[in-house]
Amino acid sequence: MNILAVLKMVPDVVEELEVGDDGKSLDLDFLRLIVNERDEHALEQALLLKDKHGGSVTAVAIDAPEIDDVLFTALAKGADRAVKITDVEEGLSTRAAASLLAQVLPKVPNLLPADLVLAGCQATDDLDGQTAAVLAHGLELPYLGIVSQVDADGSTACVLSEFPGGVRGEFEVDMPAVLGIQASEKPPRYVPVAKVRAAMKSQTIEEVSAGTEPEASLAAVTGMTKPEAGGKAEMLDGSPEELAAKVGEILSERGLL
Amino acid sequence: MPGNVWVMAEQWRGELSEITYELLALGRELADGLGVQLEAVLLGHDARGLAATLGAADGILYADDPAFTEPTAAARSQTLASLAEERRPHCLLLGLTNLTADLAGILPAQLGAPFVNYCRDVRVADGKLEARCILYGGKMDAAVEAAAEPVLLGVLPGVRPADQGLKSGAPQVEDVTASVPDAPRVRFTKYLEPEAGDVDITQQEVLVAVGRGIANEDNVELAEEIATALGGAVCGSRPVIDQGWLPLSRQVGKSGATVKPKFYLAAGISGAPEHTEGMKGSDVIIAINTDPDAPIFGVAHYGMVADCLEILPALVETVAAKKG
Repeated sequence: MNILAVLKMVPDVVEELEVGDDGKSLDLDFLRLIVNERDEHALEQALLLKDKHGGSVTAVAIDAPEIDDVLFTALAKGADRAVKITDVEEGLSTRAAASLLAQVLPKVPNLLPADLVLAGCQATDDLDGQTAAVLAHGLELPYLGIVSQVDADGSTACVLSEFPGGVRGEFEVDMPAVLGIQASEKPPRYVPVAKVRAAMKSQTIEEVSAGTEPEASLAAVTGMTKPEAGGKAEMLDGSPEELAAKVGEILSERGLL
Repeated sequence: MPGNVWVMAEQWRGELSEITYELLALGRELADGLGVQLEAVLLGHDARGLAATLGAADGILYADDPAFTEPTAAARSQTLASLAEERRPHCLLLGLTNLTADLAGILPAQLGAPFVNYCRDVRVADGKLEARCILYGGKMDAAVEAAAEPVLLGVLPGVRPADQGLKSGAPQVEDVTASVPDAPRVRFTKYLEPEAGDVDITQQEVLVAVGRGIANEDNVELAEEIATALGGAVCGSRPVIDQGWLPLSRQVGKSGATVKPKFYLAAGISGAPEHTEGMKGSDVIIAINTDPDAPIFGVAHYGMVADCLEILPALVETVAAKKG
């Protein structure tokens, strides 16, 4: 089985984020990019399927800062191939990037059709679309999202998707298909830095020029602000013991302790 | 004259889900602000009776097809796309739930229409829609305008109180044509119910919730100790479930439970909208996070900028001492 895992970089929201001078985008000086967490799960699910059924996994990403590290990490984890789409303007919206991939991927030698294309079902910067769903539409493939389990045999995948309240639905999906991954069946595997370094020495990232212009986004940010810190919360200060005592008081006041 | 405001009437196992009424309340404001009609789009099979509580709308567009009993997006997307092409609504409100997420992904692409995701509010200003969106896990708030119509708006749960949009008295129901794929490529097989036997976190008065800040599985025991002493239970946000440190039955938020305990302690949880939608109705929320900008402080009643791994051991002592 041949699987494509699509990865993209997003701002690390654990870091401090600031609004840029234009008042409507992030200040790039403050920005640290990491791979979208759901995409890491998509890659893991692809590797799990390969572990089980054999075949190949290709990691694909649009060029971005730190993307080489991410792609070499994918290779070190067990991906067979890494493809980087270059000559793409920075900061494309989710939808523009996914539409572009849908145009470019079919032109990459020996890439499509793959049996499955896996990508995260969401990202924190998905302002104007979802990568996996837009990609499915562009590639004219069936789509199912919020996926947390996949098995595949022959021409059909058996897929579990999450509903509210812990209920899951089981689906049969004709392959090839695009799946939006919520969570892989096991947590994404850890790979030691030494192994990533080894991959950097022994393997290569294939670079493919996009050769096409992205679509204009149909949704424009006109202003961006940081939500008021704290909002309505009463902020408490003190040593850990003092803070714990305050929590104890709040519990006592409510008859819970 | 702009087109009408449409609301997708979301269903879950044959019933209208709560977000439908929240969207109707919002849609009513938008329709009145634009001077147009509010229409609910109801897609079902033998489901005309569901229109009875959609009285907040001026009219219902109802399409009937057995395909709509399956929780799959393709039939809904195709029907909505052809309806929207024919009738050109100004906007369509879609709930950002696990039931509508796939539709919100596919429909904009199919229709070639703008999509605005993560809307926490939408207002009419100068005859135009302006969406306020939560980006970067709640760390930024963006004002967003769409460049074309119809605009598809993905609206977060809790945008308005559901009771504001719940009105009996069915408005006029207009039958419209269902447009469904002949041979669906995604086929629903069955529901898998959550495993029974675990505690029901929706029934607890006290919940101690842990997130990424709990750092490792062993530390979950600290939270467990406090919860047990208080007669409550431990629950968690998505990263903790993904790591396998707590089962899916303990997840709060999207895919998990919506809880309203008397006391909710959020330890090391950043407060992304996917989590807060499931707990913001709690009586008292105390949040512990090392990041002063963590959006959890926007929904908490009390907050402390601290490492939960320092506070939880101290709290174990405090609780033990108070209980004597």
